[in-house]
Amino acid sequence: MVDVALQGSAISVAEQVDRAKVLRRLRFGDAAFRNLTRAAAMAVLVILGGIIISLVYGSLPALRTFGFSFLYVETWNPVTEKFGAIAPMYGTVVTSIIAMLIAVPVGLFIALFLTELCPMWLRRPIGIAIELLAGIPSIIYGIWGLFVFAPFLQQYVQPFLITVFGHVPVLSTLFEGPPYGIGILTAGLILAIMVLPFITSISRDVFEAVPPVLKEAAYGLGGTTWEVARFVVLPFTRVGVIGGVMLGLGRALGETMAVTFVIGNAHRISGSILAPGTTISATIANEFTEAVGDLYTSSLIALGLILFVITFIVLALARLMLMRLNARIGV
Amino acid sequence: MKHWTTWAVAGFIAAAAFVPAQAAEITGAGSTFVYPILAKWADAYKKATGIGLNYQSIGSGGGIKQITNKTVTFGASDMPLTPEQVAKAGFVQFPVINGAVVPVVNLDGIKPGELTLDGPTLAKIYLGEIKTWNDPAIQKLNAGVKLPGSAIVVVHRSDGSGTTFIWTNYLSKVSSDWKSKVGVNTAVEWPVGIGAKGNEGVANNTTQAKGSIGYVEYAYAKQNKMTFAKMINHEGKTVSPTAESFIAAAAGAQWATAKDFFVILTDAPGDKSWPIAGSTFILMHAVPQDAADTASALKFFAWGYKNGKQMADDLDYVPMPDSVVALIEKTWKEQIKGSDGKPVY
Repeated sequence: MVDVALQGSAISVAEQVDRAKVLRRLRFGDAAFRNLTRAAAMAVLVILGGIIISLVYGSLPALRTFGFSFLYVETWNPVTEKFGAIAPMYGTVVTSIIAMLIAVPVGLFIALFLTELCPMWLRRPIGIAIELLAGIPSIIYGIWGLFVFAPFLQQYVQPFLITVFGHVPVLSTLFEGPPYGIGILTAGLILAIMVLPFITSISRDVFEAVPPVLKEAAYGLGGTTWEVARFVVLPFTRVGVIGGVMLGLGRALGETMAVTFVIGNAHRISGSILAPGTTISATIANEFTEAVGDLYTSSLIALGLILFVITFIVLALARLMLMRLNARIGV
Repeated sequence: MKHWTTWAVAGFIAAAAFVPAQAAEITGAGSTFVYPILAKWADAYKKATGIGLNYQSIGSGGGIKQITNKTVTFGASDMPLTPEQVAKAGFVQFPVINGAVVPVVNLDGIKPGELTLDGPTLAKIYLGEIKTWNDPAIQKLNAGVKLPGSAIVVVHRSDGSGTTFIWTNYLSKVSSDWKSKVGVNTAVEWPVGIGAKGNEGVANNTTQAKGSIGYVEYAYAKQNKMTFAKMINHEGKTVSPTAESFIAAAAGAQWATAKDFFVILTDAPGDKSWPIAGSTFILMHAVPQDAADTASALKFFAWGYKNGKQMADDLDYVPMPDSVVALIEKTWKEQIKGSDGKPVY
């Protein structure tokens, strides 16, 4: 390209020398830029690799002692140094599921409203409110959850849930027990509020990128707003939407401070989502500073490794889902 | 003129850079419980001597790790190491300050100090065996107090903590069931209850949930005017959590005969002793890498024992009694020696 651009009909010697110089400089600049970007990309791999190696190395004593039983034993006893990860694993997954069950539909509805139905003057205030929600530090969510949200749940919501579902099979187990105010459900609800901005703002951005001609065509065929959203907007933007959902899920799985405050931090698995539980990151945050003894520390690091693996599996499943979707639609 | 200014600025910068280098800082790490009093002592000590303290309150576990790796001059732990552990690591261990833990409750119509509990009952509550407030075991200790029939909500610390260590140590001493089923540590496998982070978390959960019981450091219960319970102590006497009962517990302990000061002030003897208390312990190498640093740290602690009593009172800690301080300083002379074999202090 460069060669072509610089070729002239009458080139003097001086100009040729000049040209070679310019070319060399361009080549050098190009190579430098290529190497710089490559080094930046490699840095990610090196850092990730370093983290994996140190996690595996740190958790070796625990994994060697407990073997596979670490994955299914409920005991977490620092006194006798018997550790099992299933209770925090369960809490991590269940709180994230609750968060996603609430945040995904609500987030998508907000985004659809903002892009399809909202009057212009209301768009900016709602949009800014969503972004502000994302800017609140998680410790604030934790304190607000403990001081304001948990007492509210304890006094009004949880007694209501317990009486309403008290005699329905299955649901009665799910909403059983005294209303502590804090517990798995509270943590899930706080997480839902925290991941909502991620899902909403990304969905809104991708919804806005849908070519108007597609929507107009659908409306022209007599589609309702719901039909346009369901059969035009969502299919067109599924990659972006799933990306946003995954980003939110990633935050829900790893969120630490806000969860620690409201989950009750009990190493138990109970059928009721009103009961206290714990998550992997909450356990690590709670216990790492005062963990004395190699096995205890190592077990906490092993928990970190498990969280890493869970996140990896979730991301892999998302990819798989996306591939399936694409294959079915035939893109 | 210009040169003159440049030189003056350069000289000033050089002087500023030089001054801190002369006054070496004492470095330490560990217990968060002891941090407020160490910070207050350090502030006053710096004004008196010019020597500062760099203390990282990263938790007892972290403190033990750092002193083991010799990255700090002293470590501070809320849980004493056993004499075997001390000998193995080549440490010298001594207590620096005491603190008390009090049970706090949230019951309608019960004011601070109106409820009385004893060790075995507390253990049964925390084991989940006593489930309601009007249980005969509690009623028996509180004749004439109207107790509700509501469920007991047990609140405990979720983070590893010296407070939990003192609490579980006490329950183990007074209940063999607790000792065999749960045991003693900075964090344990709680049979029942909800875990809350930090003193503030326990305080908050206890304040909000009706019928709850929790345990916090005394300073926290006092400053937040929480509903504390009285305790029946080792001698069968009912005591209130006050500075006098804490000092009685610290003074009555058998410091002189305990190797490496391995004493935990729970279930202490003496008519006036509060039964749930403990100390923060300082760990230092018996043969330090840098004798001058160690001597400087020991001087700081000696100064704190002597001049820091009022500051400790202000922050609701319990200072070490003079008789114990004499023992501690004797230990320094005997056990902490430089590479030349001479005492450092």
